[in-house]
Amino acid sequence: MDEIQKTLLMQVADLHEVPAGAYNIRANGMSAGRQSTEHIEIVPKEDKPGIDIFIKPGTKKESVHIPVLMTQTGLKELVYNDFHIGEDCDVTIVAGCGIHNGGDKMSEHSGIHSFYIGKKSKVRYVEKHYGSGEGTGERVMNPETIVNLDEDSYMEMDTVQIRGVDSTDRVTRAKIGKGAQLVIKEKLMTHGKQKATTNFYVDLDGEDSSTNVISRSVAKDFSEQTFYSHINGNNKCAGHSECDAIIMDNAVVRAIPEITANSIDASLIHEAAIGKIAGEQLIKLMTLGLTEAEAEEQIVNGFLK
Amino acid sequence: MLELKNISYHVDDENGKDILNHIDLKIDDRFTAITGPNGGGKSTLAKLIAGIIQPTEGRIFFEGQDITQLSITERANLGISFAFQQPVRFKGITVLDLIRLAARENLSVEGACKYLAEVGLCARDYINREVNASLSGGELKRIEIATVIARGMKLSVFDEPEAGIDLWSFQNLIKVFEKMHDKTQGNIVIISHQERILDIADKIVVIANGEIQDIGSKAEILPKLLDGNLECRHNAGGCIHG
Repeated sequence: MDEIQKTLLMQVADLHEVPAGAYNIRANGMSAGRQSTEHIEIVPKEDKPGIDIFIKPGTKKESVHIPVLMTQTGLKELVYNDFHIGEDCDVTIVAGCGIHNGGDKMSEHSGIHSFYIGKKSKVRYVEKHYGSGEGTGERVMNPETIVNLDEDSYMEMDTVQIRGVDSTDRVTRAKIGKGAQLVIKEKLMTHGKQKATTNFYVDLDGEDSSTNVISRSVAKDFSEQTFYSHINGNNKCAGHSECDAIIMDNAVVRAIPEITANSIDASLIHEAAIGKIAGEQLIKLMTLGLTEAEAEEQIVNGFLK
Repeated sequence: MLELKNISYHVDDENGKDILNHIDLKIDDRFTAITGPNGGGKSTLAKLIAGIIQPTEGRIFFEGQDITQLSITERANLGISFAFQQPVRFKGITVLDLIRLAARENLSVEGACKYLAEVGLCARDYINREVNASLSGGELKRIEIATVIARGMKLSVFDEPEAGIDLWSFQNLIKVFEKMHDKTQGNIVIISHQERILDIADKIVVIANGEIQDIGSKAEILPKLLDGNLECRHNAGGCIHG
């Protein structure tokens, strides 16, 4: 791995070296390292690019890292990663994609991640996106996440995209079974002329299923963001989605919530707020001696923390 | 140390109103209390000192330097602190973050807790809380005061610090001011309606109808306020709460 790739690895996975436990590192479309463990097996797909990750029932306190690094300009890939998580597991999965584009051609990574989460299992899924490079070529990431939660299982999905991704179109589709819960925390910041679209489709199918979709975003410069969330309550269930955005400069932010109750026992809530940084917040921090720009930075960092 | 010379503030809307008229005021005492009826111009005066608004007329001098044109940030860095009447809320910024920003150093948790303890908050319960609507008005108010203590500046202006802190005693609030003065040896200005706070003032300034109605030592002014000899012209309910 070269220095640029190491930097990307640190940004997207907080890793300085190869991680402990199971991992699969994909660099410029090729495998740059793979390790399975006693409980977690990673198998490359034969019919298309990507991997299958099999986590044995009862696996606890283990993690899988599957970072993707791209440093070659003009590269375009579509990868399928499927996670088969047995019953009664408690695992952390760290995905992430870093693109360094020093050239003039568009680099694009599209990943389709499918999760099959067994009964009573608990999964924390962390996904960070990061772009860098001085080239004029665009850095594009289009992740699709498909979640199937079996009875009484739980998934927390933390996604972060703070810097350097020119265009992103994120789709998350989830089917939530009986007593299962999905929590999504999205953090997004766009700048320059970046465009980001997020789409959440959540079907609350099982009795006592629930979801909480929380998006916090900051749109700067001339960037554009669109947030769609569709929550369908198909049973006795609880759904909540919240979109909270700070708009700056000449940015555009749209929030389009949709909640549908197909059952009389569905309880669904949506909250959306878009606004600029409150003047009094800037003033308070300026009375502490910060400049307006420093105050703005603190407010944005706190908001996305 | 702080001097207001011929300060006026006029609002230029359709109803155009004179909020402050030709105020001349020197602040060089340990504790200066500013009192008077609501709507009389007290908070406007505090905002003019902090630089949040600019006077329509007049000059402001701090330690001999004309600061009339200086920004909020520049005044803060010269040594002026301001505690808001209604503390500002932030999403995501924690109490610890705010105290660190106020102290201008990367304080340890223990170091930051010290300031919270001074305003009677059990630090462990608060240090990682967000400064948002989950905190009560009284809690936010005390955190606001803690940020001013953490700054430890030459001039600290408190806009109605007693509002909403009824669960905490005034005696403690007064101790906070006394301790703060011992440490900074600076000037403390307190806008207040509370007799117990006016009672610690070296100088009391009564502002009503945009003008200084009376000014003098506590011994001179407080009895007049309590006797009702100084009428609060725009507040039928009087301006002092015991």
